[in-house]
Amino acid sequence: MMAARLLLRRAAPALRQVRGYAEAVTSATQMSFTFASPTEVFFKAASVKQVDVPTMTGAFGILPAHVPTLQVLRPGVVTVFSEDGSSSKYFVSSGSITVNADSSVQLLAEEAVPLESLDLAVRDTNKSYGFISILDISVSLFQPRCSPNYSLLISNKPTKSYQWVF
Amino acid sequence: MATLKDITIRLKSVKNIQKITKSMKMVAAAKYSRAERALKPARVYGTGALSLYEKADIKAPEDKNKHLIIGVSSDRGLCGAIHSSVAKTMKNEIAKLTGAGKEVMVVNVGDKLRGLLYRTHGKHILINCKEVGRKPPTFTDASIIATELLDSGYEFDQGSVIYNRFRHVTERPLIGYLFHAENMGVYDDIDADVLRNYQEFTLVNIIYYSLKESTTSEQSARMTAMDSASKNASEMIDKLTLTFNRTRQAVITKELIEIISGAAAL
Repeated sequence: MMAARLLLRRAAPALRQVRGYAEAVTSATQMSFTFASPTEVFFKAASVKQVDVPTMTGAFGILPAHVPTLQVLRPGVVTVFSEDGSSSKYFVSSGSITVNADSSVQLLAEEAVPLESLDLAVRDTNKSYGFISILDISVSLFQPRCSPNYSLLISNKPTKSYQWVF
Repeated sequence: MATLKDITIRLKSVKNIQKITKSMKMVAAAKYSRAERALKPARVYGTGALSLYEKADIKAPEDKNKHLIIGVSSDRGLCGAIHSSVAKTMKNEIAKLTGAGKEVMVVNVGDKLRGLLYRTHGKHILINCKEVGRKPPTFTDASIIATELLDSGYEFDQGSVIYNRFRHVTERPLIGYLFHAENMGVYDDIDADVLRNYQEFTLVNIIYYSLKESTTSEQSARMTAMDSASKNASEMIDKLTLTFNRTRQAVITKELIEIISGAAAL
């Protein structure tokens, strides 16, 4: 019985073409995605298909089995494509993203809001450039030493809608 | 044997103290529930920030000489062993590191720690933070602390944060350590600028996480401390009431004896 199995194994390489490719990725094909701000958790070890992030060195998309990297975020929109194909967008002010070797991704944003809760109508009617709020202080206190091209002021209205000004 | 008046005064003061400790316990319970609710997202955030150090298996290099210890506590007392346990651990760490010939500097978050460490380890203190513990900590507070630390010019190679980690409302808080080390060889496409920004951000995240855990532990410890104080006060009140009644009866009996023996002498 053992001899037969050995024979089979010996025979197999001759039939199969041996090609030299890079080593196959053996790590998880699922991405364990954690997306949080200091006050709210959006995703916790969730399994998603792709995440698009705006970083200081450019925007890029992260798929499972991405090469490990550490990046710093710039103000912009993060898009998360979940397993069922739907996408959700979030505006982030700053933060960091870590992709580990085991395909886990931690996106830690200093301020992050779902794009739906930003009210464009308020932006058009009310252009108050001098408005400073606690959110702005945290964005500017945490400004990376390389300066961004533009800065955003976000203010927190008591009615729980956000107003953003360019 | 104290007079009736002394016992009355004592009884009144113990009853007042019991009222105060009961109300402090309720305030602490309310603050604790709020802090615990805020701790849930902060925990995900903080463990996300720390997971890099676990996953990449980054080891602190042995030959680095400049250390930093951040002790996180608060300004207010009456919360059990919170401040003393952090201070004790900090003293042990300082002794261990100076014994190994390393240079150590300390950041105190919370006035109580300053009081505990000032006399013996005053020359190790780099920064003191006051007004901690009155309001719930925010990310802004953590970034202020980190900015001060980075602007202070102390180029540390390795650091640890000593805080009380919150486990359960009836358990004593544990001391947690976080290490923050240097080499990141396995990660791709990183230049020095990005790495520095990333590490500064991670520092703030770690401080924020430890602040959140620390306030939750403090409020729950204050709750249990005030609860046991109220229980002790009510025990004292029971004992004092019994003594009061006995003394009162003794005084009445004495008066009666005097009257009767006076009447009998006539």
